[in-house]
Amino acid sequence: MLQADVALRLGSLALEVQLDAAPGEIVAVLGPNAAGKTTLLRALAGLVPLERGTVTLDGVAFDDVARGIRLPPERRPIGVVFQDYLLFPHLTALENVAFGLRARGMGAREARIRAGSWLDRLGVGETAETKPRALSGGQAQRVALARALAIDPRLLLLDEPLAALDASARGEVRRDLKRHLASFAGIRILITHDPLEAVALADRLVILERGRVVQTGSPAEVTRRPRSRYVADLVGVNLLRGTATGGHVELPGGASLQSADRVDGEVFAVIHPRAVALHRARPEGSPRNVWRGRASALDFQGDRVRVGVEGEMPIVAEVTPAAVRELDLAEGGEVWVSVKATEITVYPA
Amino acid sequence: MRAERPPLPVTILAVLAIAFFVLPIAGLVYRAPWATALDELTRPEALTALRLSLVVSLAATALAVLFGVPLAWVYARVPFPGKNVARALTTLPMILPPIVGGVALLFAFGRTGLIGQFLDAGLGLRIAFTTTGAILAAAFVATPFLVLTVEAGLRSMDRRYEEAARTLGASRWLVFRRVTLPLIAPALFAGAVLSWARGLGEFGATITFAGNLPGTTQTLPLAVLIALETRPEVAVMLSLLLLAVSLVILIALRDRYLRFS
Repeated sequence: MLQADVALRLGSLALEVQLDAAPGEIVAVLGPNAAGKTTLLRALAGLVPLERGTVTLDGVAFDDVARGIRLPPERRPIGVVFQDYLLFPHLTALENVAFGLRARGMGAREARIRAGSWLDRLGVGETAETKPRALSGGQAQRVALARALAIDPRLLLLDEPLAALDASARGEVRRDLKRHLASFAGIRILITHDPLEAVALADRLVILERGRVVQTGSPAEVTRRPRSRYVADLVGVNLLRGTATGGHVELPGGASLQSADRVDGEVFAVIHPRAVALHRARPEGSPRNVWRGRASALDFQGDRVRVGVEGEMPIVAEVTPAAVRELDLAEGGEVWVSVKATEITVYPA
Repeated sequence: MRAERPPLPVTILAVLAIAFFVLPIAGLVYRAPWATALDELTRPEALTALRLSLVVSLAATALAVLFGVPLAWVYARVPFPGKNVARALTTLPMILPPIVGGVALLFAFGRTGLIGQFLDAGLGLRIAFTTTGAILAAAFVATPFLVLTVEAGLRSMDRRYEEAARTLGASRWLVFRRVTLPLIAPALFAGAVLSWARGLGEFGATITFAGNLPGTTQTLPLAVLIALETRPEVAVMLSLLLLAVSLVILIALRDRYLRFS
């Protein structure tokens, strides 16, 4: 069980994060660049001091600023796979893996044997005598994982484990990584800016933005009910925030929406771009939400086009290329926007 | 870089500058007694000076590495008040006239010097005018080269490797030995070679602080001075030897460690 309550400042970043992880859990910390992800990892590993807070693993305090406790990194049972892997360039793959065992006092012979079996276990036994510069990206990642796991950690931290790979190798390495992560029994925390990586590898997502956790939950929960613009953009939906009374949502700026969901108070409203219809003239009939706008940005995605519509309620719609031509969207044509009440999901903010 | 045709005055002055540096070497080569070269170099006084020079310069390099690496580490990593002053003082021997260094060493470690009087009275230890003195004089002028080079190496290395080693369970001392030193090995090697070359050529501080005693403190450069009056052929050959050593070092280090361009 990891319990972390971490607060520190570093340059323009003010990190203030509470992060718990249960035994056996794989947590992905997902966030944009400069959100503080790597700093959080370095704080957990003891590489940067906390300004305030505690880090406790299985009841043992690694950090407790109030009580003056700060365990140095070499005494924490934490394995770290760094971004770019940071394999020691002057040592072979085997010596890299043996390094942690030797540092913990194991004899040279035994450390080499153990390191060799770790390399075998991760399927890179043939690289034992290879220097890091001659390893492929996928091999280097596995050697780095072997090096981190060889010290028998209770917490494994991975910083962007796939970012150093080119796109063609990523899929295969990700599948392998998922398998190897599954074989490790401790807590695994993965830092990433790639939502695909997070969803593919983790049981639970922690969304970090500007040094704060904005949302946490299973990948399904997070993508179904985004709580920040960042997540909404990742998922590709429109996210609005307002005040709801019954199904009526008042938005800042005076616009309002009608939803079939009955919620009161501060709410998020999610509208999928596919549910946003565009018309040349004011639509007749049942749609409860109708307003005027002007097409701005067009983004072609295969046989679909995402259209940013400016107006009293800016929104992104998804239409066919044929609709772009019919509605003069490319020339910034005036359009009517409509969304059915049943297509608007509303939940408490 | 784009090739450019220089103005005529620039060409003339540049050629003159090259000539200024090449002519002295040509003079040495011209005057060298090539037929008896080996005999001149293997004369007892030459061999003695050569052997002593090797001992003194290598010992000075060892001292430079032993004390210079920790000093460079502190300069590169540890902020402390007065650091700039400390760095200026430890760099000073690079531009100080060596004879001033010799005089200063004399008043610190000489028989009546600041420290020397106690060493002499208390321990019966004499440094000035001994081989130890020659080593100290060489180390005094040579260490700054090592410190500057190693400090640059430490500043440019990726410190995240050290953090990786810490997370694997290595103490600071183990990290220093097993990660930091190997990673700065090129800079350390370059610094050691530079300081060795500087120690090998040391003259002013040595003759002032250690004297010119054959077999004890008379290193190659000092032997050249004496030979110039008695046997110029020996002086020429010893000079050529020192010149060859310097040239080899310069060429060997140029591409890999010294950044001229």
